Amino acid sequence: MLHQFWVDLLQDLPRFTETLVKMPGADKETDLSERIESFLSELKRCGSGAGSLRGSAETARETTALLRRITAQARWSNAGDLMEIIRKEGRRMTAAQPSETTVGNMVRRVLKIIREEYARSRGSTEEADQQESLHKLLTSGGSSEDNFRQHFAHLKANIIEAINELLTELEGTTDNISMQALEHIHSNEVIMTIGRSRTVEAFLKDAARKRKFHVMVAECAPFCQGHEMATSLSKEDIETTVIPDAAIFAVMSRVNKVIIGTQTVLANGGLRAVNGTHTLALAAKHHSTPLIVCAPMFKLSPQFPNEEDTFHKFVSPHEVLPFTEGEILSKVNAHCPLFDYVPPELITLFISNIGGNAPSYIYRLMSELYHPEDHEL
Amino acid sequence: MADSDGRQVVSINHSTEEDVKLQEVVQAKCEGKELTKEEKQRLRKEKKQHKKNKKDDRGPPEKEKEKEKASVLAPSKPATQSPAHKAAPVPVNASASESPVAAEKPAKSKAEQRAERRARQDTERASKQGKKEGGQQSASSKPKATPNELQPVKRLPEHIQVDDPAALKKLAKKLERQQVPLRSDYGYKVSLFSHLHQYSRKNPPTQQISIPATVIHPSIVRLGLQYSQGIIAGSNARSVALLHAFKQVIQDYSTPPNEELSRDLVNKLSPYISFLSQCRPLSASMGNAIKYIKKEISNIPSQCKEEEAKRRLQECIDSYINEKIILASEAISKYAIEKISDGDVILVYGCSSLVNHILCEAFEKQRKFRVIVVDSRPRLEGREALRRLVKKGIRCTYVLISALSYILPEVSKVFLGAHALLANGYVMSRVGTSQIALVAKAYNVPVLVCCETYKFCERVQTDSFESNELDDPDDLIVTRNGKTHLENWQTVKSLGLLNLVYDVTPPDFVDLVITDLGMIPCTSVPVVLRVKNVDQ
Repeated sequence: MLHQFWVDLLQDLPRFTETLVKMPGADKETDLSERIESFLSELKRCGSGAGSLRGSAETARETTALLRRITAQARWSNAGDLMEIIRKEGRRMTAAQPSETTVGNMVRRVLKIIREEYARSRGSTEEADQQESLHKLLTSGGSSEDNFRQHFAHLKANIIEAINELLTELEGTTDNISMQALEHIHSNEVIMTIGRSRTVEAFLKDAARKRKFHVMVAECAPFCQGHEMATSLSKEDIETTVIPDAAIFAVMSRVNKVIIGTQTVLANGGLRAVNGTHTLALAAKHHSTPLIVCAPMFKLSPQFPNEEDTFHKFVSPHEVLPFTEGEILSKVNAHCPLFDYVPPELITLFISNIGGNAPSYIYRLMSELYHPEDHEL
Repeated sequence: MADSDGRQVVSINHSTEEDVKLQEVVQAKCEGKELTKEEKQRLRKEKKQHKKNKKDDRGPPEKEKEKEKASVLAPSKPATQSPAHKAAPVPVNASASESPVAAEKPAKSKAEQRAERRARQDTERASKQGKKEGGQQSASSKPKATPNELQPVKRLPEHIQVDDPAALKKLAKKLERQQVPLRSDYGYKVSLFSHLHQYSRKNPPTQQISIPATVIHPSIVRLGLQYSQGIIAGSNARSVALLHAFKQVIQDYSTPPNEELSRDLVNKLSPYISFLSQCRPLSASMGNAIKYIKKEISNIPSQCKEEEAKRRLQECIDSYINEKIILASEAISKYAIEKISDGDVILVYGCSSLVNHILCEAFEKQRKFRVIVVDSRPRLEGREALRRLVKKGIRCTYVLISALSYILPEVSKVFLGAHALLANGYVMSRVGTSQIALVAKAYNVPVLVCCETYKFCERVQTDSFESNELDDPDDLIVTRNGKTHLENWQTVKSLGLLNLVYDVTPPDFVDLVITDLGMIPCTSVPVVLRVKNVDQ
């Protein structure tokens, strides 16, 4: 038996020494995988529905930082390898929390960055239109067979630089949006909003520095995030009123503008927003009140709203019918959906960090941000 | 009296108007109550005028005063006909300054004076049919809104004039005279609703009443407390409770020596009604019930003995409840059950006694359907409806109103209850109803409103601001995860909470109204009202 032990050890020895030699690199790799694991577990945890533990902006920043780290520390020799790694990690991250679409969006942005940098390093001309066209198919011939296998020395540095630019862009999104506030809000207006959106909060606070207006906040049961929004706005001396969800249509006749935030902007220009937003949008349409959506570009997702099974997200119905109603609980179905779909016909304007856009233009912006092959990770 | 002649000549143009009004007055007198009240008002004003002129000058000859007073009476009649209460005192005062009246009037007793005046007015009315006179007062009076040929213009209800200090003072004086406590508003009111009261549930007006209550009947005090604390809520429940309380009041009532039951009982009821409206503004159904009772009381013939009269009134009230509420709901159920088919998914909102009754009846008649109950903060009345339906054994789903867009694709019909149906076809109901109708319309789901005819009212309204009720704003405060964000909302200057009770649904969102008279479209409400008025 002892003899067998030594035989096994001698057989394992090469591998063992390999790991000893690889120590520093392995250290980095385990460190990296640790970070990825901790990020994934945080994503899994923060989907409880009471508003995420952190806002989408933070999630976007953390995702991008993590992707930069992967680019820096993972082992890859050409762009194709890197894209594979990032795609794999991206799939894991989106699987951890499917409703948190900013994660997937950032992964797709980075993939697009990689493609661009690769194309630039190769020296090929920037293709203005990435979509397949008949002309391209006939003239370019083999270039679409590009599988990113060439190795370039400075590719890594370029990619990391581009990701840094993306991070600075992310940091400035809220400010960029708030800067446009004074163009859209004028004095003595009554503005309605629903729930709590940090973007809309910053937007309104910026406008309140120079103009006086009145804000009505729909409290958005059952989590009542509207209360937080209202207290925060009223601290800045903005006249705020909290109304229950049921009163949205009743007061809509006096509202001049509806400004909302959203969780995701879908590829057709529609929204996946907090529940109650569809009612708000319908009421605004009935009174011909403009509906303005303040959404930074990282919320734009190439999903369409057809996927019934992944669109809705539910949390525990005890928020709706608490356990104190015990006798009837077992005989009743209670639902607590988190999101609403708002079709693009009800939306007047999107305000994002790159300016204002109509919902019909969203598909174009999407083609600038993401490559069509990355829509499915 | 050249002066008065000249004035008479000038005023010929106003006379035809006067004639019409006089005829109206005669007509109204036959109908009973209306004119008596107006008369009393006018007579009260004249008394005031008497006292004032006693102070002003004591010299002028009586004869002239008599004649002038005669002419004063005639034009002040039409003057008080249009109850623009602010305009009315002006012509009377104007006439007072022009024709100071004798001081010997107050010596006689009230009843004798009244009888005297009535006799005099009868003769004057008869003589004035063709005469062109009395315009001298209307020449000096302010131009008033011409009352409609068919109906007088209604007085603006007090509860929507909170932002007018004159109206508030008037109310305070009236309540003081009736010895009813005045309730003060609570909390910061959103500026859009500054014309409405906003009370706190923690300070009911019953706290300010002494025990034992001498002016207000104890069953009314109890009723007021139940209203203000929300123990009795819902249009039908409030009306039935009110009628039962009135039955008790009538039971305990005894006519004082020189009064007639038909007039005095109505006077007794006025402070009770003021008190109840201080506890919680009256609903349309309650208003109609009160009108009915007052009419019944004043139609009691004067030779009727007290016991007989009381018995008759009790019967009237019982039959009203039976016909208008209980039998009506049976009729409505019968119609509504035709509209429920097997496999239906029915959406209801909040707790409407009528809709619950319909669903229970349909379930008993073996219809296969399931119900989705939609509820909203802060009242959460839907839980009560849920309990009742589950007890019956109906399959139910429960969501909050913000999940409406999620649940509506499953729904085949929407049944809504109503608090009142307005004369322009708008449905006044619990806040959130209009939202449900709006989203149902967007998803092409039929919306059926169930409402008894006694809730139809003649008011018109186009949005939810004009006349509404503001509930206690503290109800919106909620504690989640141990944190209460709105705890100190009173201290924050620019923060307001709005807790609306009612909203109005435009008729284009409603597909059908089911009433005890049948199934009608929303726009046929004024037709029903007219039919009802003709019947009565």
